[in-house]
Amino acid sequence: MSESAGTPGLKSAPPTAASGFPDQWLVSSSPHERSTESVAQIMWTVVLALLPTCVAGVVVFGWYAGVLIVISAAAAVAAEAAVQKVLHRPVTIGDGSAVVTGVLLACCLPPNCSWYVPVVGSFVAIFIGKQLFGGLGRNYFNPALIGRAFLQFAFPSQISMPQWPIVTRASVFESVTGSIFKVAAGSPGGPDATSLATPLAQIKPALPAAVSPLAALGEPLNQDKLDTLRDLFLGNIPGSIGEVSKLAILLGGLILLLNRYINWRLPLAYVGMALLAVLLLPVKDSSGHWTGLYAAERHWDIIGETLSVHLLSGGLLLGAVFMITDMVTSPTTSKGQVIYGIAGGILVALIRLYGGYPEGVCYSILLVNAARLIVEKYTVPRVFGTRTRKS
Amino acid sequence: MTGFALLQAVLAASAEAPAGGSGPGPGAVIGWGAGVLGVLGAALGLLLYVASRAFAIKTDPKVDEILAALPGANCGGCGLAGCAAYAETLVKSGGAVNLCGPGGTAAAAKIAAILGVAFDSADRRVSVLACRGTAQFAPAKYEYSGVRDCRAAALVHDGPKACRWGCLGLGTCAAACPFGAISMGADGLAHVAEELCMACSKCVTVCPRSLFRLASEKQTVRVACASHDPGKETNRVCKVGCIACRRCEKSCKFEAIKVVENLAAIDYGKCKNCGACVKVCPRGIIVNWRAARKARKARAADSSPAQEPAEAAS
Amino acid sequence: MSFGLPTFPGGFHPPDRKAPSAGCAIAPGPMPERLAVSLAQGLGAPSRPVVAAGDRVLRGQLIAEPGGFVSAALHAPTSGQVQAIGECPHPAGLRANAIYLVPDGADQWAPGTNVPASEDAVAASKPKEIVEKVRAAGLVGMGGAAFPTHVKLSPPAGKAIDTVIVNGCECEPYLTADHRLMLERPADIVKGLRLLVRAVGAARGIIAVEANKPDAHERLLREVRGIEGLACRMVAVKYPQGAEKQLIKALLDREVPSGGLPMDIGALVQNVGTAVAVTEALYFNRPLTERVVTVSGEGLERPANLLCRIGVPYKALLAAQGVRPGARRLVSGGPMMGLAQWTADVPVLKGTSGVLVLSTPPPPDWSACINCGKCVESCPTYLMPNRLSKLGEFRRFEDMAAHHALDCIECGVCTWQCPAKRPIVHWIRQGKNELRLAKLKAEAAKKKAETPEGVLPQ
Repeated sequence: MSESAGTPGLKSAPPTAASGFPDQWLVSSSPHERSTESVAQIMWTVVLALLPTCVAGVVVFGWYAGVLIVISAAAAVAAEAAVQKVLHRPVTIGDGSAVVTGVLLACCLPPNCSWYVPVVGSFVAIFIGKQLFGGLGRNYFNPALIGRAFLQFAFPSQISMPQWPIVTRASVFESVTGSIFKVAAGSPGGPDATSLATPLAQIKPALPAAVSPLAALGEPLNQDKLDTLRDLFLGNIPGSIGEVSKLAILLGGLILLLNRYINWRLPLAYVGMALLAVLLLPVKDSSGHWTGLYAAERHWDIIGETLSVHLLSGGLLLGAVFMITDMVTSPTTSKGQVIYGIAGGILVALIRLYGGYPEGVCYSILLVNAARLIVEKYTVPRVFGTRTRKS
Repeated sequence: MTGFALLQAVLAASAEAPAGGSGPGPGAVIGWGAGVLGVLGAALGLLLYVASRAFAIKTDPKVDEILAALPGANCGGCGLAGCAAYAETLVKSGGAVNLCGPGGTAAAAKIAAILGVAFDSADRRVSVLACRGTAQFAPAKYEYSGVRDCRAAALVHDGPKACRWGCLGLGTCAAACPFGAISMGADGLAHVAEELCMACSKCVTVCPRSLFRLASEKQTVRVACASHDPGKETNRVCKVGCIACRRCEKSCKFEAIKVVENLAAIDYGKCKNCGACVKVCPRGIIVNWRAARKARKARAADSSPAQEPAEAAS
Repeated sequence: MSFGLPTFPGGFHPPDRKAPSAGCAIAPGPMPERLAVSLAQGLGAPSRPVVAAGDRVLRGQLIAEPGGFVSAALHAPTSGQVQAIGECPHPAGLRANAIYLVPDGADQWAPGTNVPASEDAVAASKPKEIVEKVRAAGLVGMGGAAFPTHVKLSPPAGKAIDTVIVNGCECEPYLTADHRLMLERPADIVKGLRLLVRAVGAARGIIAVEANKPDAHERLLREVRGIEGLACRMVAVKYPQGAEKQLIKALLDREVPSGGLPMDIGALVQNVGTAVAVTEALYFNRPLTERVVTVSGEGLERPANLLCRIGVPYKALLAAQGVRPGARRLVSGGPMMGLAQWTADVPVLKGTSGVLVLSTPPPPDWSACINCGKCVESCPTYLMPNRLSKLGEFRRFEDMAAHHALDCIECGVCTWQCPAKRPIVHWIRQGKNELRLAKLKAEAAKKKAETPEGVLPQ
């Protein structure tokens, strides 16, 4: 209570006496400044990182691959807008996350699938894989992979083909402007297109211990091992649109690393453990003899080639750089991410070597997505000051 | 399970028949299947029945009767942890029978009958907000940027409202109400839809300024202010805050309303709802909300294209 | 730039923004028509006035005595007349009275104050005498929290302090008051450190300076040279390097136990301003009446480091330095942990390190957490702010206790960086408050349950 005349007291509104004073000051709980980075910025940077992969896909497979990518991204955006409107949620297509899902889904598709495949896949990815969980940040599974897994059993003949198209054209220009979407198993759609099983499918019933995988891959195309290795790295092999060019994927990964959106430990643990598991897991060839480390006679150069084929074929690098590192579905601590990557790597190897499909990346990531919460629970960092140390 | 097994048996039988094999005929298979499963089902059913009688927990039948009389919403409005807890406490140690808001007078009467206690039909209670300080009358002292929650805003310099007693209008009560009875008006105040209010008292607990009171429907005259600041202070921060002028006190023939600690307070034991204080309050702080509700309904009825029957409009 | 310098895990690098005021030498602050000397100068109980309206006082005269054990004395910042003792808005929102003092312009010191003490007498003073003089001078921590210094210098028996750290990090953006103090009064800082070391019987004293202040580091290094037991160390530039617990971790590699204090691990941290104030109190018998305040921000015309009397209203500082149109926020302290103000009538307190006028607009609406992990990576207490934010978002405040929300130092690193613009610290603060209220409620319910009345109203 005031004890004298002329009570100072509280003013009900701040005076606008001095010039420059606002009518009312803006008051918030600290901190009073924020960084300018936003979720949209992160997502669009991921789209930028996916650009080299998309370009490589078009260069290798022709303009139709580009059409598929665009259709997929557009369908994802449309699906998100529609679903959010129907569910009376604010429409957030401007943040770019639907575009990321659409592009990633297209990267997992064969370059000659029909136009409705990415549309259906994108819709399932966004609706079931993302919006039903509550939208961005609330999903437990990678939406693109949910879409891919759905397509696997919805259109099996288009996704799990025995023969995939491979293009060998004289120039990049011809490659881009050429088309491969009429290629079916066995019938080339253009003067220079052929179809082959994917590299992983070619080594799926494992090759005998003494047979060089690179030589086996190069045989149908009449090229030597070095050329095969180059093709595996640059992308001139049968496979999905986005998974073939390892160079492009690594470029994208570099962009993400420089922006600190992914932790290098996770893709390294994933790829490293996958290769380690492929090395250590015992596999028999089609005639029942052990291969690799367990063969009667160990051929170290063949083992090395097998590991490099596993590294450079299939979606391993695409999954390692873009899928398993997806922020929403990966653990937040470094330790958690390493454990996560190791678990995923073991699963990839198991599916590739013993499972029904030649490629195990999609399911391995979906399975570790399911285990993320357990990993996070057991990798909570020790809080500052909660362990007595004798100093 | 039984149906599936039968289906399998039928299919197996029909698959066998064309080959003319040496197995039993289809009729025998179906008959045996039905018979065995029927006997098994009966035996297990008998076992379950015996177990439910042998291992039954003895409860006071009154607890079950009271539980049946309660609505089963488990809202916690009675102050206990759910309907079962209330039923058990009533049987064990007695107590007030009308604590259940959602159950209302119907449940209270039933419970009284079960327990064999006398019970005057108590009035339905609803939640009432003790504040009229809209954004127009009670301005803000700063522009708030932060979590849109009254309890969070109250941590920042006692909330954005200049009056430190008034409604902050950020909707924590509306979010807490499980019956959707509270909505935030454009004027920045919480509005309670009395028809939907179940007096579960969640809003009472959650309001950081403790502005809600559970009042009997019959208590129509209420003081819509909670400020204990001296008149001069109140006047500075709100045009409709109680300035303790005591006119209401002087106008009351029943000595039901008194100014205590700078705020008018009504003693509902004495108040006869005559409305004398409502007329003399210079700031319109004392509100007869039954009349206000009727007027609102009347306005709504007049303005709606399909004319409501006359009873709603009086 | 600071690779290899001692630091703590976590933290981040906000933009510095110290350029506008780093070059401004400490200048005298404005003397307004009326000072409002708040009785709640910082942590601890409010002081009790010993003067009344109408009294004439001299600078340095005691006008309020400590209101409890953890409380500090208050002295008149200038000579004049006490106009009133009444309510005054407080920067931290506390409801406390202030002593309104109208200066008479003479600025006359009270007898016995502002007289130099002999160097020998000071050198010979015993630890208990130093602590008593610190208490009598009303010293509190000048880094912000304003904890009474004499209490910090009197650890209970069994908690021996072996290292005194003088904190010259000043990690908050915009603030440069401590930097200027280190450049202009390094000798007084070192004298203060020696007194502090002697007061607690420590073995050594360290002055910590962030690597973005090499000139200050060099000056202080020269001052401590040759003095046994004292050192001046450079630490990495990072926010919140100047936070007490994090500084101790960086320099001594010891962690203050959760729920504990630095004295539990033998350390004591004081701000450079406090060290200077100790020197003033012991060597010149000057109670605490003024402090250096950085007045800066985009919304201010002329940033400066002003030596202000305690009790100067912010509006006097703003009038002196000019507010630009477009100014939106008035902050006491730094932008990361400072308190936003709703009125410029609040006065400078003993712990006011800065007065900032900012023009930052409100952040965009927050969205769901995308688990990017930036907050977890940089939390200096190794918490998981993303999890705490989700608990806050869904109002599960009781669960926050299990996730160590009470250990949070509210530094703001998580919230600053969050790309989804989530108000994480606000939720944590709300959680801490709800936990405190729940504890009070539980205690009240326990008391009620122990009374023999029935459980239900009859």
